[in-house]
Amino acid sequence: MDARRLEAGQTIDGFVLEKPLEPGGMASFWRVSRPGTDMPLVMKIPLLRLGEDPITIVGFEVEQMILAQLAGPHVPRFVAAGDFEQPYIVMEFVAGRPVKSLLDKTPLPAGEVAEIGAKIAFALHELHRQHVIHLDIKPSNVILRPNGEAVLIDFGLSRHDQLPDLVAEEFDDPVGTGPYIAPEQVLRQRGDPRSDIFALGVVLYFLATGERPFGEPQRAAEWKRRLWRDPYPPRRLNKQVPPWLQEIILRCLEVDPAARYATAAQLAFDLQHPDQVRLTARAERRDRDGPLVVAMRWLRAHRRGPVPRRDLAGLLSRAPIIMTAIDLAPHAEGLRDALADAVRRVLATEPAARLACVNVLKTSLLGLDPVADKLGRNPHLQRLVELKHWARALPLATERITYHVFESSDPASALVDYARHNHIDHIIIGARGSSPLRRYLGSVSSKVVAEAPCTVTVVRPRDAPTPAETP
Amino acid sequence: MTDIHGNREALEACLDHAAQNGVGRYIFLGDYAGYGADPGWVIDTVQAEVARGAAAVLGNHDAAVLTDGADMNDAAATAIAWTRTQLDAGQRAFLAGLPLAIEEKDRLYVHASGFEPDQWHYVDELYAAAKSLMATRAHATFCGHTHVPALFHMSMTGKFASFDPVDRVDIPLTRQRRWLAVIGSVGQPRDRDPAACYAVLDDERDLLTYVRVPYDIETAAKKIRAAGLPLSLSARLFEGY
Repeated sequence: MDARRLEAGQTIDGFVLEKPLEPGGMASFWRVSRPGTDMPLVMKIPLLRLGEDPITIVGFEVEQMILAQLAGPHVPRFVAAGDFEQPYIVMEFVAGRPVKSLLDKTPLPAGEVAEIGAKIAFALHELHRQHVIHLDIKPSNVILRPNGEAVLIDFGLSRHDQLPDLVAEEFDDPVGTGPYIAPEQVLRQRGDPRSDIFALGVVLYFLATGERPFGEPQRAAEWKRRLWRDPYPPRRLNKQVPPWLQEIILRCLEVDPAARYATAAQLAFDLQHPDQVRLTARAERRDRDGPLVVAMRWLRAHRRGPVPRRDLAGLLSRAPIIMTAIDLAPHAEGLRDALADAVRRVLATEPAARLACVNVLKTSLLGLDPVADKLGRNPHLQRLVELKHWARALPLATERITYHVFESSDPASALVDYARHNHIDHIIIGARGSSPLRRYLGSVSSKVVAEAPCTVTVVRPRDAPTPAETP
Repeated sequence: MTDIHGNREALEACLDHAAQNGVGRYIFLGDYAGYGADPGWVIDTVQAEVARGAAAVLGNHDAAVLTDGADMNDAAATAIAWTRTQLDAGQRAFLAGLPLAIEEKDRLYVHASGFEPDQWHYVDELYAAAKSLMATRAHATFCGHTHVPALFHMSMTGKFASFDPVDRVDIPLTRQRRWLAVIGSVGQPRDRDPAACYAVLDDERDLLTYVRVPYDIETAAKKIRAAGLPLSLSARLFEGY
């Protein structure tokens, strides 16, 4: 099958070619249909004469292998693949706009950059949880659905943690896209999900400033430069970039993967909570590093030893986002202590964890609640103060801990929604002692247990009275 | 399933697991006898499956039981000598009738290597895998003999590579390259995981899945000791080495 000679109306393995779409670099694309399939479909056909171009052949093979294993709204649904003589992939046609189409409108406002960034970060986290690292994140490989969700496409350079890495076996040179490739990928390490976080950092930098942080190097030999030469801080190029966004972007662009966000979910968390981003020297940076620092990094880059292969699932599970829901009622003192003990125990085994301390301000359904308490204090602020007080004894660096108070007439649903929205891995929640009334009405914790999208630990103080002892 | 080596408990566990997971047909890659205490039962079981449509090839230990001289270490030779006293004429005739290799569609089933199958070459590194892949035209070759699961592949441009399969992960055997799957041993694993190993091929979707199955090692080992076979053959089952 020669991709250059296809015509509308032609049928391939039951798929009818409808109309050609804009071709990509290594493939042509056709809208196709199949009787009995309602989903809009696209067929990707590699532009190759077999035996001609190894990267096209292997890239196509890898995409066939990996796409078929993936699920969820953040990747196009896999439908079918052709065989050796007639190579193609049929997948869901994703309606929406590629992030690439936003590039003429850059610089975008910080809020919009953060919103898009969080959507892409969530999509990446879902991908990483399925054992896949994309390794070619760039504006043309991300499509935003009309509802705002990000969809990642083109898995030709991707790596599945539990399948043979066909790309690494085939090529001795690093493979990727010049402006976006992570430093460790330049060194031919393809096992770190934080490479995708770096590439997303480049995308965010581009959206926020209108410039690419490392330019557009074409030759692989020039890609190495990013190991020692840092980019201009975004605020130097665009004064409108707030310090929190510069902090996030430069953290994504750290040369050492360990200095970046540990997971894409943690990055998404910061992008969704700008007021909670812990600012460091990165946020204040006004210029690139001086020649001495760069020379030191150059030396280090040239002395770098081999880096051990990482296990993707292990890496993700070691950097969870933990949420704890704290009951601030005056008589729940014992419960709060027990909760702090439980949180301490979890944190002791999860050194890279983040903790979100959450409290729900219960409102009446009609929303006629007073804006201040009896002493005239803003209840929202007062609760933040109390949350921070509660958390002061936790063994956690402050940049790993955040505080959130929100209002809802249905605290359990609000907690579950929050956990879902922020990809929380583990909820730790206290349960007040049980009583007949509580059993009848249903407790917040039992509803959270029933509906949460993740692990839930329910904490009870040891000396809580048993139902029999409750008068 | 390959390298069962007279281990009834391991074979039972694997057959049970396969039946529960919708496996429709069995291919046995040889070495039914040697090392374990139940060679007769294992051969009867394989023979019954073959009567129901399974395929089976000959292994080097099976060949050694049928002939006199074989180049083996002491424990293996002792086990072969003991096995000869255990098999009846029907079981010996079954082994004697097994082929060295079977080709079905574009798949090759062989005990040791597609390169000189009767020489029992070990496919335990890239070079040996390359020799086997170069010797045949099969899209996928399935073999045993090393007792260590491994997956070798060769791209269209002729690059060879190996991969350590992960338990229960479906591996697409893409049509663009050729594959050589060394299936780990049912009855005497040697990759430091004592659980029995076999693999499932979804022949419609070309998916290969390696599976580890825990089994009653204690009983299998006790029988080896009771039969008076070398103690090392019982001890190594617990180590998976």
